[in-house]
Amino acid sequence: MSIMDHALPPPASTTATMISMRNIVYGYSHVPVLEGISLDVRRGEKIGILGPNGSGKSTLLKIIAGLIKPWSGSIVFSTTTTTTTTTTNSNRPVIGYMPQVESIDWDFPITVEEVIALALWKRSGAMPWSNRYAREKVSDVLEVLGMSRYAKRQIRELSGGEQQRVFLARAIVHEPELLLLDEPTSGADHHTREDILNVLDGLSKRGVTIMLTTHDISGVASRLPRVVCLNRRILADGSAKDILTQDNLLRIYGLVDSMRL
Amino acid sequence: MSEINSLLLPFQYEFFIRGILVSILVGAMNGMLGVYIVLRGMSYIGHGLSHAVFGGAVVSHMLNINMYIGAALWGIASSMIIGEVSRRTRVRADAIIGVISTAGFAIGIFLISSTRSFTRNFEALLFGNILGITDMDMLIISIVSIVVLAFFLTLNRMMLFTIFDRETARVYGVRTDLVELVFSILLAVVVIASMNAIGVTLLAAAIVAPAISARMLTNNFSRMIILSTVLGALTAFSGMYVSFFLDSASGATIVLFGAGLFAVLLIYTLLRRAYHTHSHGSMRHAHLHAHRGDHEHEHEHEHRSHTNG
Repeated sequence: MSIMDHALPPPASTTATMISMRNIVYGYSHVPVLEGISLDVRRGEKIGILGPNGSGKSTLLKIIAGLIKPWSGSIVFSTTTTTTTTTTNSNRPVIGYMPQVESIDWDFPITVEEVIALALWKRSGAMPWSNRYAREKVSDVLEVLGMSRYAKRQIRELSGGEQQRVFLARAIVHEPELLLLDEPTSGADHHTREDILNVLDGLSKRGVTIMLTTHDISGVASRLPRVVCLNRRILADGSAKDILTQDNLLRIYGLVDSMRL
Repeated sequence: MSEINSLLLPFQYEFFIRGILVSILVGAMNGMLGVYIVLRGMSYIGHGLSHAVFGGAVVSHMLNINMYIGAALWGIASSMIIGEVSRRTRVRADAIIGVISTAGFAIGIFLISSTRSFTRNFEALLFGNILGITDMDMLIISIVSIVVLAFFLTLNRMMLFTIFDRETARVYGVRTDLVELVFSILLAVVVIASMNAIGVTLLAAAIVAPAISARMLTNNFSRMIILSTVLGALTAFSGMYVSFFLDSASGATIVLFGAGLFAVLLIYTLLRRAYHTHSHGSMRHAHLHAHRGDHEHEHEHEHRSHTNG
């Protein structure tokens, strides 16, 4: 039995709204990076957020994760048990989060299995990796991702793609209802990217809601059922086939304005 | 027989046994907390806080307040101000520590120099006097040691997550601000409990040296915590013991042992890195070679087959 078989919640209705955002505004140093963001996310959806650097993709994920409070607007979570307008973490669904790997201190003396076990800190002793429950869960998720042989390796010894998979493992090991992945395939080779997308497919089928940011139009965005194009505002929202048109991409990446000049 | 007796001579004195016990506890506590400080890349905080609390100790003495209470309040306030200013402004923490801690130290020096009558009372605080430890000092150090152990058992997992990946830790329910605040307060308390033994001017090395020595010996966090605690206690014991025979300042001797251990490990690590055992085909041997990266190295002579980079 793998984590994909028993560790995740049973498939839920994909019609129920899980996240409802209305007129979200946020910025840095008084300069808005997100303006009037309104977005509904249904349970079990797999959504790609596409946009250039500085378009607000990571900021949007951080608002949903509760890391930052929007200047204005509302965000409502509807879990299986609660519905709440929230500015705190208290009633959020169980979230799995994968930050951009650039933010990690690679010199930290920690192994692959220890990185993953951090996500299970609530059920651990002084050391997150010291109890049997954590060891079993970590072993399980490493097997799913084909990473078992790396368990004892220092995280800094791994390649960029392997590190991405470790952080994906940490994001899913505690059985989240909502996965927020910030550039999960950046720096990954073709093989790793395919592995990651396959794992996400499996999770999506199990009812896990997935939101990921990406720059990769052909390798990632085009293969997602729903793509939200963002550049400070939502410029397009729909199926990859309908959204990833030349006109839209020109608008998203700001080339229309420069072409007019 | 007489040599053994002379080696055991210090243990015939109650003041020395008390000093040894205190130095072991102080060394172990600082060694453990030093791991978090080194891994956070905030080694300067130990230096800063130890200097900052000196001002609080002098002010509380002038106001006839218990020195521990005054210095503790001063230290906690300093660490909170450092944390808040670095979070709310673009000024880096090391710069804020430099200003706030030195200002605290300067207040102490200013008050002493302008009121020369009690200058001698603060020599122990500045440079440490482990042989002048009172029962009250002993009690406080014992209590603080238990608190440090409790911190490790209850908050280590949260602190560890916070240091490694603060952002994700918050998403996973770790109250990172609270954990860091508790750690800052604990560090201030440990600094205050240690200042009579080591001295505020020497304490930073006692905090950092065991941790960086342990870091050179292991890539494993669990082992690093244990090693740093043991090395802290060991160097403190050694420094205290040797100071008896050399009639040297115990705080300075302890710090020199810590620095000496670090120097030895540094040389050992560099030599091991340059001259470690590895394989070429089926042949396993050791010889000098230069490293180009973590997994690559180049040799002065060539081999027919290489299996190790």
